[in-house]
Amino acid sequence: MTTAAPDLPRRRRFRVSRKVLPYLLSLPALLTCIGILIPFLTAVVYSLQRYRLSQPWAREFNWGQNYLNFLTDSAFWNTLKVSVTYAFLTVTVELLLGLGIALLLQKRTRLNNFISIMLLMPLMTAPALAALMWKLMTNPGFGILSYFATLLGLENFNWASDPSTAMLTVVIVDVWVYTPFIMILLLAGLRSLPPQPFEAAALDGVPRLFVFWRITLPMLTPFLLTATLFRVIESIQQFDIIYAMTQGGPGDTLTVFQVEAYLNFFQSTNVGRSAALLMILWAITYVLSNIFIKNWLRLREKQRGNA
Amino acid sequence: METHSPLERLLRGIALTLVCLFFMFPIVWIVLMSFQTNETILRVPPSVVFMPTLENYTALITGRLETAAGTLNIDFMGNLWNSLFLSTTSVAIGLLLGVPAAYAFARLKFRGSEDIAFTLLSFRFAPPLLVLLPLTIYFQQLGLANTYGGLIWVYQLIVLPLILWIVRGYFEDIPADIEYAYRIAGHDFWSTFRRIALPLAGPGIAAAGLLSFIFAWNNFVFALVLASADKQPVTVGALAFVTASGIQYGQVAAGIVLSIAPTFALALYAQRYLVEGLSLGAVKG
Repeated sequence: MTTAAPDLPRRRRFRVSRKVLPYLLSLPALLTCIGILIPFLTAVVYSLQRYRLSQPWAREFNWGQNYLNFLTDSAFWNTLKVSVTYAFLTVTVELLLGLGIALLLQKRTRLNNFISIMLLMPLMTAPALAALMWKLMTNPGFGILSYFATLLGLENFNWASDPSTAMLTVVIVDVWVYTPFIMILLLAGLRSLPPQPFEAAALDGVPRLFVFWRITLPMLTPFLLTATLFRVIESIQQFDIIYAMTQGGPGDTLTVFQVEAYLNFFQSTNVGRSAALLMILWAITYVLSNIFIKNWLRLREKQRGNA
Repeated sequence: METHSPLERLLRGIALTLVCLFFMFPIVWIVLMSFQTNETILRVPPSVVFMPTLENYTALITGRLETAAGTLNIDFMGNLWNSLFLSTTSVAIGLLLGVPAAYAFARLKFRGSEDIAFTLLSFRFAPPLLVLLPLTIYFQQLGLANTYGGLIWVYQLIVLPLILWIVRGYFEDIPADIEYAYRIAGHDFWSTFRRIALPLAGPGIAAAGLLSFIFAWNNFVFALVLASADKQPVTVGALAFVTASGIQYGQVAAGIVLSIAPTFALALYAQRYLVEGLSLGAVKG
């Protein structure tokens, strides 16, 4: 084992492979994912074509026509409006609620730790199944929430099946599932803050509200930013909850980007329009995710530095 | 922070109770529903007093639903098995592909390594349907339509970025000196990787595996687009179950309980790593 003779060639072999080694190690993972880039490029091509599955003979390149059509297409503007409204409502409520809960649970007591673990359960529920749970609870015949609504004097409160309350209902489900995500990130953030500034403020008798606005919140900003961007990116693409709950209905009340693209592809078989819709959604998420990744990386380095 | 007035303590208590009520009530209610017959579920006003029955669960497990219209065969256990098989295999393959890559990204800085790592990360944020819709057409041509293999490949989109970025962090946390010392003692690269790096990053690898299992299990859209009934996991199967006619609501509830129980159990077991996994390795809990 310790003889020098077999050791030398082994070292040389190592030096040769040293350059190739990292590529060799990451190649399988890369190849798996490059397979994904091909359908992506295909989607780009589809979005530039007049392509309906029902009329394959009429398939041809119409270049930007699908995109130009959107300008005068009220259904597209509806999709954009619904998606942005959904993302804005869900993320705002989740952020406020998540921050509030994190502040309530900040102290490391046994009860607080227990509650924070319990609160993670909605997040561990598959969003599609969470939508089903709420569907059972809002069923007009036997749903407990429909019953509560009548107790509050709201007769015929139809939750997701009424155009005026459909958005409210899916937003509640989204808030139920994803608030714990923001809560747990902010809780980790709060608990990782250095204690010195807070001790100093307490010694000087600084009012607590002032401490919150001037010390807690600024120090928490990287966490808030990362959590918010993460949720905006996911929320603007929401599919599971809305599809499982209403399939985009009633009417076009909830036809957010991915639901509309899904319906275009499978129901009206308009592949070109579907692909163009998804390309626009991709452009939005691409910009957002670039901002996100920068923040996320800064946070990651800082957290690793502390550890 | 220690000086709380009694009034403030009361308000905090009320706020926390409301929070727990909102987040826990749906789960409790669905569990209660799963032990009821249709008659007790349809009572007005609803009541929590009922004779619990296991009927719903036995019907699901035997796959025979007795309804007013006759006996219905529902393969819910098949859906559960699909979920288990798809998630387990995807995670196993994801670990096999992802752990060596994570090590390469952490230790051996090479040209383009950061770009590649970020490209992989950005897949996590792209709209899944963008890739899935063209894939339905490709899968038909390649013979991958409605196969476990095709699904497991696509599932790598969820599993790989997560594993890569969590495990990478754990490899970076190992002091490089330990590995150098072992190398200087005359061991080659592979045995250093196997005997030093892998065991030290072990907890991180386990956590990444558990978390990506949860995410794979909870996925809905991949299988909705690419799988037909016999390959569908519970998330898609449960939806078909509801729309099927003559279904008893208690059985739907029991189906949901059976589908969320595994991820709850895993989450409780892996809770220490949840923060890290949910932030893709950026924040430690």
